[in-house]
Parts: sequence; structure tokens; C-alpha cells
Amino acid sequence: MNYLHDFLQLLLFLILLIPLSYILGNFFAKVFQGEKHFLQPVLGKFENFLYRFSGIDTQHQMDWKEYTINLLIFNFFGFLFLVALQLSQQFLPFNPQHLPKVDLLLAINTAVSFVTNTNWQSYAGETTLSYFVQMAGMAVQNFLSAATGIAVMVALIRGIATRNGKTIGNFWNDVTKSVLYILLPLSIIFSIILLSQGVVDTFSHYVTAVTIEGQKQIIPLGPVASQVAIKQLGTNGGGFFNTNSAFPFENPTPLSNFLEVLSILLIPASLVFTYGKMLGSKKHAWTIFGVMLFVFLAGLAVSYYSEISYNHVFNTQKIMEGKELRFGIFNSVLWSTATTVASNGSVNSMISSLSPISGLIAMLNIQLGEIIFGGVGAGLYGMFLFIVITVFISGLMVGRTPEYLGKKIEAYEIKWSILAVLLPSIAILFFSSVAVVSKNGLSSLLNKGPHGLSEILYAFTSAAGNNGSAFAGLNTNTNFYNILMSIAMLIGRYGVIVPVLAVAGSLVKKNIAPATSGTLATDNFMFAFLLVAVILIVGALTFFPVLSIGPFLEHLLMQSGITF
Amino acid sequence: METKKNSKALFDKKIISKAIIDSFIKLNPLSLIKNPVIFIVGIGAALTTLIFFTDLSEGNFSAFNLQIMLWLWFTVLFANFAEAVAEGRGKAQSENLRKSRTNTIARKKTDAGEVKVSAIELRIGDVVICETGDLIPADGEVIEGIASVDESAITGESAPVIRESGGDRSAVTGGTRVLSDNILIKVTSNPGETYIDKMIALVENAKRKKTPNEIALSILLSGLSIVFIVVVVSLKFFFNYYHITLSQDVSSVSIPVLTSLLVCLIPTTIGGLLSAIGISGMDRLLQHNVIAMSGRAVEAAGDIDVLLLDKTGTITLGNRMATEFIPAPGISEKYLADAAQLASLADETPEGRSIVVLAKDMFGIRERNIHELDAHFVPFSAQTQMSGVDLPATEKSHTKIIRKGSLEAIKRYISEGTKIDPNSQGNFMFTQMVGVDIALEGGTPLIVVENKNILGVIQLKDVVKGGINERFAQLRKMGIRTVMITGDNKLTATAIAAEAGVDDFISEAKPEDKLKRIRDEQSSGKMVGMIGDGTNDAPALAQADVGIAMNSGTQAAREAGNMIDLDSNPTKLIEVVEIGKQLLMTRGALTTFSIANDVSKYFAIIPAIAMSLFSTNGFNGPLSVLNIMRLSSPQSAILSAVIFNALIIIFLVPLALKGIKYRPESAINLLKRNILIYGVGGLIVPFIGIKIIDLILTFLKLV
Repeated sequence: MNYLHDFLQLLLFLILLIPLSYILGNFFAKVFQGEKHFLQPVLGKFENFLYRFSGIDTQHQMDWKEYTINLLIFNFFGFLFLVALQLSQQFLPFNPQHLPKVDLLLAINTAVSFVTNTNWQSYAGETTLSYFVQMAGMAVQNFLSAATGIAVMVALIRGIATRNGKTIGNFWNDVTKSVLYILLPLSIIFSIILLSQGVVDTFSHYVTAVTIEGQKQIIPLGPVASQVAIKQLGTNGGGFFNTNSAFPFENPTPLSNFLEVLSILLIPASLVFTYGKMLGSKKHAWTIFGVMLFVFLAGLAVSYYSEISYNHVFNTQKIMEGKELRFGIFNSVLWSTATTVASNGSVNSMISSLSPISGLIAMLNIQLGEIIFGGVGAGLYGMFLFIVITVFISGLMVGRTPEYLGKKIEAYEIKWSILAVLLPSIAILFFSSVAVVSKNGLSSLLNKGPHGLSEILYAFTSAAGNNGSAFAGLNTNTNFYNILMSIAMLIGRYGVIVPVLAVAGSLVKKNIAPATSGTLATDNFMFAFLLVAVILIVGALTFFPVLSIGPFLEHLLMQSGITF
Repeated sequence: METKKNSKALFDKKIISKAIIDSFIKLNPLSLIKNPVIFIVGIGAALTTLIFFTDLSEGNFSAFNLQIMLWLWFTVLFANFAEAVAEGRGKAQSENLRKSRTNTIARKKTDAGEVKVSAIELRIGDVVICETGDLIPADGEVIEGIASVDESAITGESAPVIRESGGDRSAVTGGTRVLSDNILIKVTSNPGETYIDKMIALVENAKRKKTPNEIALSILLSGLSIVFIVVVVSLKFFFNYYHITLSQDVSSVSIPVLTSLLVCLIPTTIGGLLSAIGISGMDRLLQHNVIAMSGRAVEAAGDIDVLLLDKTGTITLGNRMATEFIPAPGISEKYLADAAQLASLADETPEGRSIVVLAKDMFGIRERNIHELDAHFVPFSAQTQMSGVDLPATEKSHTKIIRKGSLEAIKRYISEGTKIDPNSQGNFMFTQMVGVDIALEGGTPLIVVENKNILGVIQLKDVVKGGINERFAQLRKMGIRTVMITGDNKLTATAIAAEAGVDDFISEAKPEDKLKRIRDEQSSGKMVGMIGDGTNDAPALAQADVGIAMNSGTQAAREAGNMIDLDSNPTKLIEVVEIGKQLLMTRGALTTFSIANDVSKYFAIIPAIAMSLFSTNGFNGPLSVLNIMRLSSPQSAILSAVIFNALIIIFLVPLALKGIKYRPESAINLLKRNILIYGVGGLIVPFIGIKIIDLILTFLKLV
């Protein structure tokens, strides 16, 4: 095993990630601050045409309630459209396999999942959805759900940065800009690179091949490259194929794998710098970035270590079950860590087959709130909630009414922030505990014992965390899971978005207090340390009990040779 | 600080015994529900009690459940006790105030004449007469007359103060006694609404409203409590999963055990002490002789960014003092001092007294008997702008006519009638130059002439209060900028500002300037504190986020401010700021401590309830590796955690009452220290504490 090789690859990963996200982040800031940038001459006219065409007055500024209502309406229609597409796909074009209409509850679950940027897949792409639905439905929502996340983040930034204001921007303007200047250009570039690596992109029928043994094998195809690009960049993760990025047509080469991992974190990491730039505090952005990187690397290290540790039961140093031989341990673990921190549901290995500790880390990454880079936009506004709580507790400890970047953090902000932090956690625990004792919940289970517990816990963690990756081993395409998980996804998404916008709406009205030596600084090592502590303690306090009798217990049992 | 005079021993026997009784009275659910965290503990305790007695009625006595039940009740009682002690101390404090509110008979003036009424019948606008020896029946304003008043009942200060109509010293407080003369007082508050009444309500917790930060913190604590309820309830289901699917024995996860886990996890430490912290903050304020109109104002004091102070009486002693003799060429300094002293012997103004004292200090020139000298004193008159002395000729010297006055006045005086002789001309130029220098340094020149010959210049200076520089340095460390307001010209103001070490000043200030400055600072997002006493300060006091009015000030000023300093000591604000900051810091530190504690409690309770899973012998299952404290048994582990959780409340009561230590230093240093003590300490202490309790329980065979 070549540890040095793995380390160098990680280094290369970071060397590319950090400068790229810095450059992109600053560019995004220009886009939202209305400054001139190089894409404006190319797309500016098209953008204005869109506004005129749809009758949007970008000058109209919205308060937080109007912004939220517009967002919810937009997402609701996205949901209706997705459901409609799935229910009528047999009448729609580009359905070479003549796939029938999707079952209603599955269609609802899938629609909710793509609208909430979760991309949980209770279905298998190649056997359920036509090319048309994949393109006009899933791919479109991949863009729009990501853009929704970015819009919320930008609205929040305005709330923090504006002094004595009322409005937090125009939702339609923010969504359009996000798609046009951020998601589309990057996706186009990335899908061309993927094409060059051999990712398929075609409207042809599935190909039937005859293997050497003389057996028939159906090889699914489709317009894949264009969808994989946004699936990775928009922290969506909904694979074109059931096996997602473990399938060679989604992820054919080491280079494609490397770039796909990079693209998972690219936009979330860039947005940290956008945040810093727009708030006029680059040092604060670096502090947040440092916190994210630290937790990410710590999780990666534990995960990697547990995978390469000698296994007594199987008498082996490395377990390759459930992993692509093409990628090996490091790339599988890097992927699982990156996707779970970043709320990207894509997989290139089977998380269920990872060591119990790796599985625990993957789960904990999501349970921390998808804030370590996190979903596009969502990661940062989620992190903001933890910043608010950190600022509040540590602000009290320096004897001042807590302030964040000059804005006072008072009861209203605390109320919404704590609600947004707790809702997804409560959803995870509540739905999992219902599932583990009910007949409907247990009948879908493949494994018993702690592994079974992990399977259920992971499913709801993934749903409420809007991650979308699956632990596998649990058949969730049942009415029970389709309904409960849809609710969990909605809570995980809008239970955070609405509070964040409410906080933005409250902050925007406040004056900005200048910093003094008595003010708690949010851009130094001390603050980074506290933020990490709050994130880990809140996460740990909530999930320590269940994780210890789930994956941790499984780890202990496996050590003594008991498996399930 | 001498203002600590009202403080008392932390635990008074009387207060404690009353508090113990109150702890039980506060078990009333209606009163418990005001504190959600402790209310949850109360429900848990009641539930455990119910289970214990149900079991008992079925013939199953569980000593373990009994102990859990008792300690859960203790947890509630301890939290009640903390609040009761704080209230008791507040009550004791307010008793001093209440004494002054005795039912006095007032002499109300009506159209028909004088009527004797009880003080509680007085209403706003009534006019009462007070004579020597009378208690002033209510808060009010002197509308006629002048009197010396003994305010020791409320300030503890025995020296009488002067209260007179008009001007800045017209306000009187109910319960104080007139020592001489008689005055007419217009009543300005209804009974039960006086400042004293408000303060009593605040320290007695009866009408204490939660402050904004306290509300925010309560929300955070409630949120955490809710999530822990979900954690604990869901845990029961996760255990049942093992029972359903693999028939594991999960009977260890009983309701009393889960309640214990819940109570240990929810922030009971801070929850139990929160209101004690708030009450004792008001109590500490009162110990410093400051009356606050609301707890909100005290908290706001901790947030002050800019402090506006009047120069006179705050930064300087209030009067100009002689600090130096600068003789003209050919004149000795001692001669000048001697002449200056002679000219000032009968001058009873503070300035005159200071010249006499300075001459004595510098040259040992004693005060001479005025009558022996047979001198004729010329008092200061508005006409001449000079004062001085005429000494008859003696065998030693000829007639001396000494005058002192401002440059302008002396110039007029010596050029009167005659031309200035060439000798004096040179000296006059000299004095002019010296005068400019003095003004540059913030002083005032006073010229001394003898027989129209210029002897030299006395430098009069505003003397900056001793130690004020350090106090401003402290404020700067806290992150508070000080702004001096003065009517002086810019030159003088600059010099005094530099000497006192204020960060900024407004010279030649008019009342509107104060108001404008406050508004400007506020619009740039700053919190402004202001100290004032005059009626013209009232708008500024009202505009400021924290306005402290001097008790000696006018009624208008006292009504405009949100705090009143009974000692009328302007630097008191520093203490008020400290108390405000202490309040927040104590809450923050105990919250951190409370949450950090949870880590160790997990390591005590989770292995205790989960170690039976997949065990071969019934207790030492795989998860016993989490029992890093090596606690002797599951029961002992759970009980130790519950006991620690209850006892820590009692241990921290003194801290909650006194507040954690505040040192004026930068935020980052404060944070570092508090994180180290309450964060890291909060992680480690319970590990040790729980282990010790476990050893004791095992030793006593209680489990």
C-alpha cells in the first residue's frame, strides 16, 4: 500500500481546491454585487432578455417574507413539474426503453428529493426514468435547487452587510444569476472534460451486448455527461445510473474521478470566499474555510485510518468489498468524506461496506448539519447558524451583548437559529426511532444488529441532511420510507431555509456596531477553535448515544468477530 | 471601593434559613414553569416518584430508584434555593431602602392652607411643606427655598447636602430628612412608583423582567432541552430495536434511568442559576448605591462603546487651583508667592484658598493674622474684575497695594490714568507671553501687581482628579472611548483632555452639541453612555443608551436617565459597566460549563445503560469500553452523574451571587481565560467529581 501516493494525491487535491475556490469565490462576489465581470458582455443581454420575457423587475427589492414566499412558490412549482413529468413519461419523447409511468409515492419522493437538493434515490435511474425526464426534470432541478441554495446565502449576506435596511434582495434575480453565471458555465466546461474522459452522452437505445460466456448483457446509455457535471458541482448527487459514480459511464478514469471529487467541494468552498468578499472580511472567510478544512481532514484521517487498519476478523489489511478496484481505498474514502460533508449524494463505493468507523464518520459528517463546505449555499448558511450560536455563547463570556460582524445577536436571532439547528437533528432521531421499532421500517432491512440500525439511521440522516447518499442495504422504495423520508427531506431543507431568511430579515434592520477591543473577533484562531468546538459538541451531544449503540457497537463487535 | 459599604457576608444565617423554606414553596408548578429547564427536572422527579411508589405498592422496593428520585428532587430544590438566596439577599438590601419609606405624615399645601395627610395619599403635583427635622414624604422637586438635607438613609453618606429650588440641585428623595431651613416640594411620583419602589421590585425579583440577553439565553437553553428530550426518548426506541430484532435484554433502560440521563444532559446548572445571577446583579448594583430603572439598562451598560462625561466635577475637581508662581524678571518667586498669599487671605473662593495653600506648601509662608496686619481687603467685584489687599506702611516696608486679576483687568488697572512706566512695560510683555503659555497648557493666568508693578503670574489650573487617568485607561481596555464635554475653549480643553487621558473632547459645548454627538455616535452603531446632572443634560440623558443621573441633580435629569447614582459620583459608571459585563459573563461562563459537563455524563451513563448489549455475562458487553472512568457499576455510574449534577448547582451558588471575576482587558484575553476555566474546566471537573462520588457510593454500599 502506497501511503505516500495517497498523501500526494490529497495534497494535489488541496493545491487545486484552495486557489480555484478563492478565484471563483471572488468572481461570484462580483456577480452578486453587480460589478462588471467578463461573462457580462457574453450573457448580460440574455439575462436581461430573461427578465423582460418573464416580467421580472430586478429593481424590486423584497423583505424576507416576500423573498421566502417567492422561493417557496418557485420550489413548489418545481416539485409539481417533476411529479407531472414522472407520471406522464410514457407519453413523452426520448424514452427509447419505453419506461412506464412512475409510481405516485415514488414520484413524490423523487421530486421532493431533487427540489430539496437531496437527490435521495429510491429508484434506479436506468430502469425508472426516461432520458427526457432525466434531462428536463432531474437535471433542471439539479440546477434550480443549487441556485435556490445560493440565493438564500446571498440574501443572508445582504442581511448581515446592510445597515438599517429592510430588504434582502430579489429572489428571481439571485436565482437567475446563480444559474447563468455560476452553475451553467462551470457545468458546460466540466461536462466537456468528462466527455473527453469517456463519459457517455447520447440519446441512443441501451446497447445489448453478448458476453464471452454467451450471455446477453444490457448496457444502459443516456445523456450522462451533461447531468454528471451538475450533479457533482451542484452538490446534488443524484446519479444517472443506480450505481452512481461507481459506474464506468459516469466515472471512467482516474482523472474523471479526481475531477469529480474536486467538483463536489468546488462551489461550496468558493462560496466561503464569496461570503468573505461580500461582507468585507476576507480574514473571516479564511477562518471559516480553515474550520471546514480542519473538520473535513480530521474525518478523512479517521476514515482512512480505519480502512487501512489491520482487520482481525478477516485477517486482512485492506477491505475491498464494496469498493471499485479502479479507485482503491483512498479515493473511495476521499469521495465518501467529501460527499458526506458537502451534502452531495453521489457515491463511488458502497458506504455500507466501509468499515463501521468510516460509516460512522460519514454519518456524523451529515449529522453535523452539512456545514463542512456543505451543500451549495446551504453549507454556508448552515455554518452561519453555528456561528450565531458560537458568537452568542462566547460573546456573553466577554461581557457584551453578542455581535456578529457588528450586528447584535438577540433573542429573535437565537430563536430561529436554534430552531434551524435542531429541526434536522430532531427529524433524524424521530423518524429513525419510529422506523427501527415498526414493522414497515424493519421489513426493508437487509442486515440485523447494529448494521441494520446504521442502515436506517443513515437513510434518515441522509434525507434530513439533504445529502442523498445511501448506506445501501435498505429498500426504501416502500410507501413507508417514501413518505417519511419525503417529510424528513422537507424539514431538513425548509426547516433551515425559512429560519435563515427570518434571521436575515431581522439582521438587515439593525445598525452595524464598529469593532472595538471589547468586541469578540470572528477572524482569529480562537474563534475558529470555538466554532469547531461548538459544531462538534452540538453534533456529538445529539448523536453520541445512537452512534455508540450503532456503528461504534458494530465496530466493537466486529473486532471480536461478530458480524451481522 | 468605599461604595462596598452596603455589602454583607455572602451567606447570612437568616437569609439561608428563609431560603430553605422558600425552596420548598417554589416547588409550586406555577412558579416552577417560569424556569423551563428546572420544570423539566420537576416533571422527571414526579414521574420517578410515581414509578417508585407504583413499584412499592406492588411489593417491589428499589433502593436505586428511590435514590434517583431523591436526587432529582434535590436538583429542583437546589435550583430553587439558589434563586431564594439571591432573592433573600436582595430583600435584605432593599430593607434599608424600605425603612426610609415609613408612613410619614406630610404637610400638604392646599388653597385652603395646610392639611396634614398621610404620605401614601400624596399624588403627583401635590405641594408639601418640609421644615427642619421633617422627613421628606415623597420624591419631588424643591420649588421654593433652600435646605440642607440628610440623605444618609439612602446613600449611607452622613454629610448633609444642599437642595434648593431652581438650578441643578432641586431634586429630593422621599425618606430623606430636612436638617435646616424649610422648603416647598412639588411631589413628582405616586406612592409605589418612586425610584426606591422600582429598585425594591427589581432586587426582590417580584417584578423583575427578564433582560434581552437573558431571554435569548433562555431560548437557547430551552432549545437544547428539547433536543435532549428527543435524544433520550429516541434512545429508548433504539434500544427496543435490539430487543425486537435480536431479543437483547434492554430492561436497564428504565424510565428512572432515562430521566436521569435527561436531567444530566439538559443545562440544569445554568438553568438553575440563571435567575439568581440576574437578581444578584441588581443587588450588586444597589450595593454600589446605584438605582437602575430596569435590568435592561444594566446589561446595556456592559455594551457601552462611547462614554460622554462632563468635565467639571467628573474629570476635574471642579474648581481651578493655583499650581505655579511665575515671577517677572527681577522678582523672586518667594516674593511673588508672599504677595499672592497676602492678596488672597480673605479670598474665600476655592481659587483664593488654593493660592494661600500653594504659597504655604512651596515656601512655608504661613497664613498671617488679618487683624494684626491691619490690612484692608478689596473683594472681587464685577466692575474691576480684581481682588487684593491694601497694607499700611510699617517700619519694615512702605504702603503696599496688591492686586490680582486677569490679564485684561490688570492691563486696565495699571494703565489707569497714567502711562505704563517703561519698567512695567517690559514686565507686562512678559506676563502676556507667560499667559499664552499657561492657556496653552489648559490653565488660566492670574496676574499679581504690587503698587502697579507687575510681580508675576499665578498659574491657575483645572486639576484633574487623581487616578482618573488610570480609570480611563481601564475603560479603554474594556473597549470604551471617553469623550469629555466642556464649555472651555479649545486650547484649554485640549490640554485637559491630554492630561486626563480622554480619547476625545467637545469644547465650547452647548447642550445641543451633547445631543447631536450622542445621535451621531448612535447612528454609526455605537452604544452611548452619558453622565449628567443638570436639567440641560436631560435630553442627552434620555437619548443615551445608558444615562446615569446624579442623585444631586435635577428632577428632570433623574427622570431622563435610566439609572441614578445615589452617591453622585460620576466615575461610578465604571462599576456599572463592570456589573453589566459581569452579568453577561457569568451567564456565558456557566452555560459553557453546563454544556461541557455533558461530555463526562455521557461517558458515565451511556456505557452504564448500554453495556448489557451483546454481553455474554449480562453486564460486561462490548460497550463497557466507553466506561473510561471505570465506575464500579451501572447503578453507581448513573447515580454518581445525577448526584454530581445536583451538587454542582449548590457549589456554584456563590459564583452566581458574586459573579465571575471581571478584569478590564481585551475581549480576546477575557475569552481565553473564561474558556480555559469554564470550558476546559467544565470538561474535566465532572470526570473527577463523578469518579469521587462513585467511590463514595461504593464505599457506603449505597449501590
